Amino acid sequence: MSPSAPSGGDPAVSVQLRSGVYADSVKLMQVSRRIGARDGVWAVLVAMATPLNLELAVGMGLAPDGESSPEQLLIAVRAEDDDALAAALADVDAALAERERSTGTADAVPHRTVGAGLDDLSHETPALAIVSVPGAYAAAEAADAIAAGRSVLVFSDGVPVEQEVALKRAAHQAGVLVMGPDCGTAIVSGVALGFANVIRPGPVGLVAASGTGAQQVSCLLDMAGVGVSHVLGVGGRDLSEAVGGLATLDALAALDADPATERVLLVSKPPAPSVAAAVTSFAEGLGVPVRSAALSPESPDLTAAVEALLTDLGFDVPVWPSRPGPAEAVVPGAVLKGLYSGGTLADEAMLLASPVLGGIRSNTPLEPGLGFVVDPSAPDLSASGHLVIDFGDDALTVGRAHPMIDPTLRLEAIAGLAASDEPAVLLLDVVLGYGADPDPAGALAPALQAARAQKQLPVVIALIGTESDPQGWSRQADALAAAGAAVFSSNAAATRYALDLLGASA
Amino acid sequence: MTLGNLLSGPPSIVAAGVDVFSDALRAQGAAVSDVDWRPPGFGDPADLAALALDARRAAANRTAVERVLAAGSVLVDVRPAREVIGLADRTLLHSGPPLTWEAASGPMRGALIGACLFEGWAADVEEAEILLSTGAVTLDPCHHHRTVGPMAGVTSPSMWMWCLEDPVGGGQAFCNLNEGLGKVLRMGAFNEEVQARLRWMRDVLGPVLSQAVRGSIDAGNDPLDVKAVLAQMLQMGDEGHNRNRAGSLMTLRELSPLVVATDAPSSDIAAVLRFIGGNEHFFLNLGMPTAKLAMDAARGVPGSTMVTVMARNGTDFGIRTAGTGDRWFTAPANTPVGLFLGDYGPDDANPDIGDSTIMETYGIGGFAMAAAPAIVRFVGGTVPDALATTERMYQLTLTENPAMAIPIMGFRGSPTGIDVLKVARTGWLPQINTGMAGRIAGTGQVGAGLVQPPQQCFEQALAALAEEVRTV
Repeated sequence: MSPSAPSGGDPAVSVQLRSGVYADSVKLMQVSRRIGARDGVWAVLVAMATPLNLELAVGMGLAPDGESSPEQLLIAVRAEDDDALAAALADVDAALAERERSTGTADAVPHRTVGAGLDDLSHETPALAIVSVPGAYAAAEAADAIAAGRSVLVFSDGVPVEQEVALKRAAHQAGVLVMGPDCGTAIVSGVALGFANVIRPGPVGLVAASGTGAQQVSCLLDMAGVGVSHVLGVGGRDLSEAVGGLATLDALAALDADPATERVLLVSKPPAPSVAAAVTSFAEGLGVPVRSAALSPESPDLTAAVEALLTDLGFDVPVWPSRPGPAEAVVPGAVLKGLYSGGTLADEAMLLASPVLGGIRSNTPLEPGLGFVVDPSAPDLSASGHLVIDFGDDALTVGRAHPMIDPTLRLEAIAGLAASDEPAVLLLDVVLGYGADPDPAGALAPALQAARAQKQLPVVIALIGTESDPQGWSRQADALAAAGAAVFSSNAAATRYALDLLGASA
Repeated sequence: MTLGNLLSGPPSIVAAGVDVFSDALRAQGAAVSDVDWRPPGFGDPADLAALALDARRAAANRTAVERVLAAGSVLVDVRPAREVIGLADRTLLHSGPPLTWEAASGPMRGALIGACLFEGWAADVEEAEILLSTGAVTLDPCHHHRTVGPMAGVTSPSMWMWCLEDPVGGGQAFCNLNEGLGKVLRMGAFNEEVQARLRWMRDVLGPVLSQAVRGSIDAGNDPLDVKAVLAQMLQMGDEGHNRNRAGSLMTLRELSPLVVATDAPSSDIAAVLRFIGGNEHFFLNLGMPTAKLAMDAARGVPGSTMVTVMARNGTDFGIRTAGTGDRWFTAPANTPVGLFLGDYGPDDANPDIGDSTIMETYGIGGFAMAAAPAIVRFVGGTVPDALATTERMYQLTLTENPAMAIPIMGFRGSPTGIDVLKVARTGWLPQINTGMAGRIAGTGQVGAGLVQPPQQCFEQALAALAEEVRTV
């Protein structure tokens, strides 16, 4: 060590050369930066005494005296006074002595895309992507899954139909399935995705363009002791002219190839006729028998379709579980007020009731002329006449959760009906299962009791679920029955009971 | 149709979006991994969807990146730029996208002035400035001549160039010879020290290397496989951009016997070997044209969203993609963050400069940060930071380059083929390791550090690629 004395007065300077000390240039630059950041330090150079560094030192006015060699460590500091200099030099020694403690392990880098997430999975592992990002961004995530040779469930709504078509074409080419967009329900090898019930394994595969329709059908199959192999949702638009059943055909083919599937049931809202014909013709070419439970005026009843399938399979049709309501007088002039959370269940109710009651007004009407607008800020259903509302319709879920999760809007509507003078029969659905309200009766039963205390208001409930669901069908049914409701496991049966109460019969 | 085994057993789930589904799946005991999805860093949603759904994209990107992986690189010659690329008198090449004298930064101006002095076009700085400001000297990007140049990248007709060939695709690429560190032309210095070195390189280094390289090939030996050197140096702590120590030493090992076999005076041979051995970045000017050969092989693949060039001229950062041909997408360059030589500080640093980002474009440099943990300390980072950087880059790129294996990543190939769409979707920009030039002409190098491209380059490229999708 050959320290030169600080050069007296202001500023204080120290230029040292040390032998036998080596540190790499990065370490030394870090030390220089640390010392340079100290208060009262004006200039610093901590570096091996190479010609380049000596030149820098000369430029800074901190050249060492006498001979030096590149193996020596140059420590040159100019500070505002002796105290600052001494502290800086002490800190140089401390910085040089410090050891990095980090280990060679990367902090986990999160996957930002579906593609990156799927990269880590072995190709032998069955895998499925679920996309519930905003609809404008869903296509890219879904396309990642297709490119990786994986099927994808797109829960997102608001995906443009041309993007849906492009995704489904690409999926077909890749031999995978796009479930959705706007697909809320699926069960794959017993794994329930989105809004789905706990259904026993069984021989029936469902292809569903309708979420609550698939839930109704699968729950009845469970109650009949049959169960499902898979429930493949395809999205509500799949059987439209624009999409042409692209995913339905692929799902049918996949179930045809699946050894666990002996029968297939196709569940949907009314399909485009040309698409329905194409699907029928395709299904006829498959080995597995396919039965359609597509709703239409001619086949308005999902329960009947399940019963026909049970007969196909050689099973007895059970007595579907129910809880009778209290004996109630028919109110003369009463109207049907159907307040639904499931769109397909609302459609089924209207298809069953319309031939008996005539036109039923709705926010999702069977005919355009029967439209009824619900104000989501103040749902007033007191307009006279028969009415069926789908509270799960997109216009009523903007900025709030689906009514299967958040009952607020429907409870407000029930309170409004209780306060109106019009005599009515109230028809409701309650959907259980994963994703749904953990205790729907907890809020609904008191609301029904309050309404029925206000006026004579018979209540009929289609309770869609199974005993194995987290909420338990019987527990919910008992709670709702105790509030004065008649409870059915079949929406068709519930609708017919409501019609009976109205003095009409289907 | 078996949906890729989907129905064969309970599927593993990869979920992007709301958590409630994942929670319900976990309650069932399903295997769920959540994607840390967030809205794209930039880009019109319709553009992103159009590109994501472009039926050509997957095949086009595969074609582009396979060409990158397949390209080789051998050293076939060393010749003056005048002969190699027909560089005309009073023409200078520079790094990055096109540039005017008016827009040029300090170090770029310094290098251009220095080249005018070196070529004897001007007797002094004032004369050189007049030539350059009046358009008497033509400026053209290196990239327009199958050439790359580190930092200012200024290449004049008398400078000797490495001539590399891709034996697979037959492409050629060129780069001048590295001057070393400190006060050097590429960092914007142009004083007599710089001029003297450039003259020596012209009169001694270039001819000796030329004779060495050609003599060996003429004697029937295989040309130097530069790609193999690049692959080896990644095993030895280099990342090929900011750290070229092992590569430079291996190059010295390969060239030494050839240099000694020339008929040059022993004093020249000694000087040449001392010069190469004393320059830790000597290999950079061989690595860069190797990467350029690979990226040029992927030029012009319609429908591909892969980046083929990232380059900076000290003022602007420019990129090109395989799907948009030779069009540049440019934006003002960022200034690197890092460590400084002597008492230079952040105020002394010029904005990002140089064609050396061809290394990151090729998937090494900052992308292979994990191979060179020493580099990450330039910004006070740690070894885990280096690994995490490379991990992030895998999510921006199309594939892994098996030829460029990174030991600490379990010999995973380097992340290769930057995808504009993935850059947008992840919101992560490419990571670049770089040297820093002083912002005042004549200063030279002031430090080294890390930098990222301006996002606007990728925004423009994304919009242009989407526009192209709509016209097919």
